[in-house]
Amino acid sequence: MSQRNPAASSMSAGLFEGSTRTVRSLADEEIAISVENLDLYYGETQALKSVSMNIPKQRVTAFIGPSGCGKSTLLRCFNRMNDLVDACRIEGAINLHGANIYDRKTDVAELRRQVGMVFQKPNPFPKSIYENVAYGLRLQGVKNKRVLDEVVERSIKAVGLWDEVKDRLQSNAFGLSGGQQQRLVIARAIAIEPEVILLDEPTSALDPISTAKIEELIEELKEKYTILIVTHNMQQAARVSDYTAYMYLGELIEYADTMHLFTNPREKATEDYITGRYG
Amino acid sequence: MREWWKSGAPWIWLNGGAVTISMIMVFGLLLLILVRGFGNFWPHGIFETTYTAPGADAPVRIIGELRRSETLTGQAMRDAGVDIPEDQVLVVRHLVKMGNRDVTGRDFGFFIDDFMGEWRYPEDIAVLERREWGDFFGTPVRLLENGVTVAVGDSLWPEFQQRLTRSNQLFDEIRRIERGAIGNVNFRIERVRLDERRAELEGTRTPEMDAQFAQRRADLQAEYRVLEERLNQLYDDAARDSLVLRAAGGQEVTVRLADIVKAWQPNDMSVLSKIGFYVADFFDFIFGYPREANTEGGIFPAIFGTVVMVLVMSIIVTPFGVLAAIYLREYAKQGALLKTIRISVYNLAGVPSIVFGVFGLGFFVYFLGGQIDQAFYPEALPAPTFGTPGLFWASLTLALLTLPVVIVSTEEGLARIPSTIREGSLALGATKGETLWKVVVPLATPAMMTGLILAIARAAGEVAPLMLVGVVKLAPTLPIDGNFPFIHLERKIMHMGFHIYDVGFQSPHAEAAEQLVYATALILVLLIVVLNLTAITIRNHLREKYRAEGD
Repeated sequence: MSQRNPAASSMSAGLFEGSTRTVRSLADEEIAISVENLDLYYGETQALKSVSMNIPKQRVTAFIGPSGCGKSTLLRCFNRMNDLVDACRIEGAINLHGANIYDRKTDVAELRRQVGMVFQKPNPFPKSIYENVAYGLRLQGVKNKRVLDEVVERSIKAVGLWDEVKDRLQSNAFGLSGGQQQRLVIARAIAIEPEVILLDEPTSALDPISTAKIEELIEELKEKYTILIVTHNMQQAARVSDYTAYMYLGELIEYADTMHLFTNPREKATEDYITGRYG
Repeated sequence: MREWWKSGAPWIWLNGGAVTISMIMVFGLLLLILVRGFGNFWPHGIFETTYTAPGADAPVRIIGELRRSETLTGQAMRDAGVDIPEDQVLVVRHLVKMGNRDVTGRDFGFFIDDFMGEWRYPEDIAVLERREWGDFFGTPVRLLENGVTVAVGDSLWPEFQQRLTRSNQLFDEIRRIERGAIGNVNFRIERVRLDERRAELEGTRTPEMDAQFAQRRADLQAEYRVLEERLNQLYDDAARDSLVLRAAGGQEVTVRLADIVKAWQPNDMSVLSKIGFYVADFFDFIFGYPREANTEGGIFPAIFGTVVMVLVMSIIVTPFGVLAAIYLREYAKQGALLKTIRISVYNLAGVPSIVFGVFGLGFFVYFLGGQIDQAFYPEALPAPTFGTPGLFWASLTLALLTLPVVIVSTEEGLARIPSTIREGSLALGATKGETLWKVVVPLATPAMMTGLILAIARAAGEVAPLMLVGVVKLAPTLPIDGNFPFIHLERKIMHMGFHIYDVGFQSPHAEAAEQLVYATALILVLLIVVLNLTAITIRNHLREKYRAEGD
């Protein structure tokens, strides 16, 4: 559906040449997560300023913006990864299933089971390929060998890694290439059947071929999961996402259908950024 | 010159020089230990000569082994009262081991080269390593069986070796019965006494029990009598043969074969048979038991004690150190208090080890051990069980001593684990504890092993604190044996470091002990190398297993 012309110019118009997709509207979508007036402070510094947005279900939503704009910080709010930062303080709400995940009663471990995450650098555990994928299930106390085998196989097949690793499931995951490792950690994330998957610049450490594979995978995964992706690469955002949010200095500047945002941005700042005039 | 200073070359020379000097010192030390240690087992030749001391009427015949020669000034010798001609500048004197301590009263002596006759190496001179009184040097004359001559001349030596083998087999049997079977009976008799005493203390003693105790005791006594009878029989058998030799002074000396460990004729041995003898002697040293206040025989109990002590220490120190490090690094709130704690822990490594020894004796042995005795071993009192220095307390003291090393290494290992790995686990819904135990700690195991390697190296070589908390000159039993519960943590042990100190500096036979000290030091160094290599192999294996991509 989206084209993969590596020579595509950074000019936004070129991104969708020959594309058959239509412009969608958020109003027609089923909403998975809603963010309400989210403020985030690191000590005295405010990193997110009153962000409000609705994330559509089973769509790919991309976050773009210059470094330090708060897109990764926002992404990490969805599974409360920012809790690990001592001086971090959050105001506002993120609603998943109509409940605020920042509510005092929220079970963070349970939340993270529903909202999986894949990081910038592949981070497999120092275990076998099999154990990497089975890790989340074992945490939930699944011991049945047949169930584990089945889920591991299904997850690895889902990321298209099965043919490459089926003969060495018991060997160390560090033996895989970077691209394989990244697909393995995606398999690890979907093995526990989350609803939402957060991808934090998942291809920035990978070569172009591995990147293409991951992008194809994202395309397939949105059939089942709601996907949020942070990327530095605007072509990638244009290729894989349905909706794009442009952020700048902790504020959500513009949020719309990807094709619409790239071809016909409402804000001047957005246009400057996507056409490369930023900075 | 100025250019040379500016170029930085002096620094390189200074650094290179420092490395060179360090290496020379280390390798010099190792070389000395290796040469002197391994030299101990070589069957050196025995010479025979005459010695006419100044002022003596007649020459004296001496038989001995040359230990070392030294050159002194004639003036120094004259000042010492030795009658040396006025015009002689240098004097060579030899230290000779003459053996025969029981016959002549002294087994080492200095002899001045000028007064010695020609050195000859007669092939028939024999060296007997005896169970008591050290070595005997002499010429075999005849072999006796119950006082009757059975072999002389050429057939003497082969016949003697054959009978020596028999006598040694008998001795092994005697040793086995004494150490094993009789030790076991004694152990069980003591058990009966303790059971009886406990029943008495608890007030549950009944006439039926008394009968039972008496029965058990009678059974054991019977068992003991059987063994004793067998033992007497063996002793009689062993006393059958004896060898008559002519000593250096010409007198004939009778040595019972039962008193001989081994015998050889060094001047009659080929290089090959000397090598064979060397290897056998080396193994006897490692696997033998010490004799004669540790100045003869092997050092097996010391090796065994050292290894067991280090292992027990590792078992204690690893969990404590690792858990403490995990708490400090992962859970504790980073702040001034934590900083103080960390500095204190790091500085514990610099406390003199004897201080740990005193603490171990005061707190572990007397306080904790005393409490344990009152609570669990009241029947044995007033004889202490744990309230006296022993293996467990020695290991515990060493564990305390090496704890900082393990904590520091583990903390460094934990700090090195990339945060992405932790986040990966947390993002899958793992709690902090699950993340720690399933992902972070396994990754840090190589660092823990590094800590343990350093701890083992330090513990195996430590002596000062051990003298206070459990190491003794001579332990009658090994800490692990066939008697229930097999591992006896309360027993005193022997230790190689202390053995070196004891043999070298506390023994009445300084000359005889010198070579033993080198040999023991060599084995200690080898032992530490083996322990470290084992740990390093395990660590490298773990590193390989947890090797992250790219590093």
